[in-house]
Amino acid sequence: MAKEGALTVGKKVILNFPKHTWDKPVVYTLHSKFNLIFNILKAQITPNEEGLMILELVGEEEKVREGIEFLREIGVGVRFLAADIEKDEEECVHCGACASVCPSGALHIDRETYKVIFDKEKCVGCELCVGACMYKAIKIGL
Amino acid sequence: MAYQVNKTIEEINEKIKKGQVVVVTAEEMIDIVEEYGPVEAAKRVDVVTTGTFAPMCSSGAFLNLGHSKPRMKMEDVYLNGVPCYGGLAAVDIYIGATSLPKDDPRNKVYPGQFKYGGGHVIEDLIAGKDVYLVAYGYGTDCYPLTKLETYININIINEAIMFNPRNAYQNYNCAVNLSDRLIYTYMGILKPKLGNATYCSAAQLSPLLNDPYFKTIGIGTRIFLGGGIGYVVWHGTQHTTDVPRGEKGVVKKPAGTIAVMGDMKKMTRRYVRGVSIVGYGVSLAVGIGIPVPILNEEMAWHTSVRDDEIWTQVVDYGYDYPNREGRVIAEVNYAQLKSGEIEIMGKKVPTYPLSSYYMAKEIAETLKRWISEGKFYLTKPVELIPSSGFMCKGLEIRR
Repeated sequence: MAKEGALTVGKKVILNFPKHTWDKPVVYTLHSKFNLIFNILKAQITPNEEGLMILELVGEEEKVREGIEFLREIGVGVRFLAADIEKDEEECVHCGACASVCPSGALHIDRETYKVIFDKEKCVGCELCVGACMYKAIKIGL
Repeated sequence: MAYQVNKTIEEINEKIKKGQVVVVTAEEMIDIVEEYGPVEAAKRVDVVTTGTFAPMCSSGAFLNLGHSKPRMKMEDVYLNGVPCYGGLAAVDIYIGATSLPKDDPRNKVYPGQFKYGGGHVIEDLIAGKDVYLVAYGYGTDCYPLTKLETYININIINEAIMFNPRNAYQNYNCAVNLSDRLIYTYMGILKPKLGNATYCSAAQLSPLLNDPYFKTIGIGTRIFLGGGIGYVVWHGTQHTTDVPRGEKGVVKKPAGTIAVMGDMKKMTRRYVRGVSIVGYGVSLAVGIGIPVPILNEEMAWHTSVRDDEIWTQVVDYGYDYPNREGRVIAEVNYAQLKSGEIEIMGKKVPTYPLSSYYMAKEIAETLKRWISEGKFYLTKPVELIPSSGFMCKGLEIRR
């Protein structure tokens, strides 16, 4: 349980599992050792092959940091998802083509202003919007 | 028919000159007519401004590149690798919005990305960027040069005239996909089995929906085109008039169109954008705004049209559209489409626009400001756009 007063954060991360890590109970450790709540957004793990997993990690800020440190120590590649998708406000014309394919509602139309809003917190990093945007206003960062 | 209010273009222009003109957007006109009625509204309001911003494929530009030394009759012409039409006089070319470089992989790796094409060249020219010109000719006694490579930009070439044979569609289909696979269309990515619906009209702000019988719009109508000044020069290709109409004479399917023209040197990139439509191709998004003079109460009534009075047809792009089946799945209005969800065949389907209402509003507001500030005067068309007797025909393949 989170300590009272401790800041709880949620981070979406893309994990790249090298071959030697596929059989380790990595996600279990994140929970048991660092008390992190995990939500698997996407997973592609095959024995003896490189794997990919997109996780949402929720927990105390310090524990999330430690958990990510643990992942890097055992050789798992970690990238933050939230920083990945960026909407260039200068290029965006506020149509709605991106919202049309967004599965999480992170990209949506504000019915008052008719602007397309990007709510980074809700982004699952599927990248469908990148191709759907006709104006190349959505980019993948990093 | 005798009207209670009778105004002329000349009278309105006189008011613009004196700074007394009353201009509102088509959105604002709705409430004015609702509150005061069409007669009183026509007395109060002189001009209603409209706007639209969306990909419009039938767009392009005539360019005169200037004569090289020695001279050249350019036949094969490329701008940033994009083929232009050179079958005109020596250095006149036309670049079409959907033109693609020869080496673009198109849909060979499906769905194609279509990163750069004619629409982007037009955008780059308007942005003032240098564009790489390659031209080939066969050589003549008067035009000896056969190959040329150089850079041009909009400031050094003689003319850059946007000429769009079909723009500002009066209404458009709402697209869905009844098939069981994801499809990539000019109406965006359509998810299988009614996974989403897309539409493309500014509806209550849309120019040709605010003058559905072309009682004021015609050849010579001065308009906002791509951030500059343009003119309506003809009815657009595929212009159609004889279709079912609903309240206030508004067409219930894609119908009227206009051909427009304007000086690209005065345009701004914000309102002229190349677009890359995944799996489909490239195109050009164009911003257009047309002022509708409120000559009488009838025009006040037409311009008060509201989203919920504008209906359109829902068409399946999975099978029906590609096979030119005329089937209409359902009829929906734009208030429903803008709510974000419609019901089709008992299923709730999320709806998304491809036409930017945000930009349409900005264009209508800009045009309103231009007129109010005396920077833009109305013109009296030399001939109105036809409002009957036009049907868009199909092509029957002869064997």
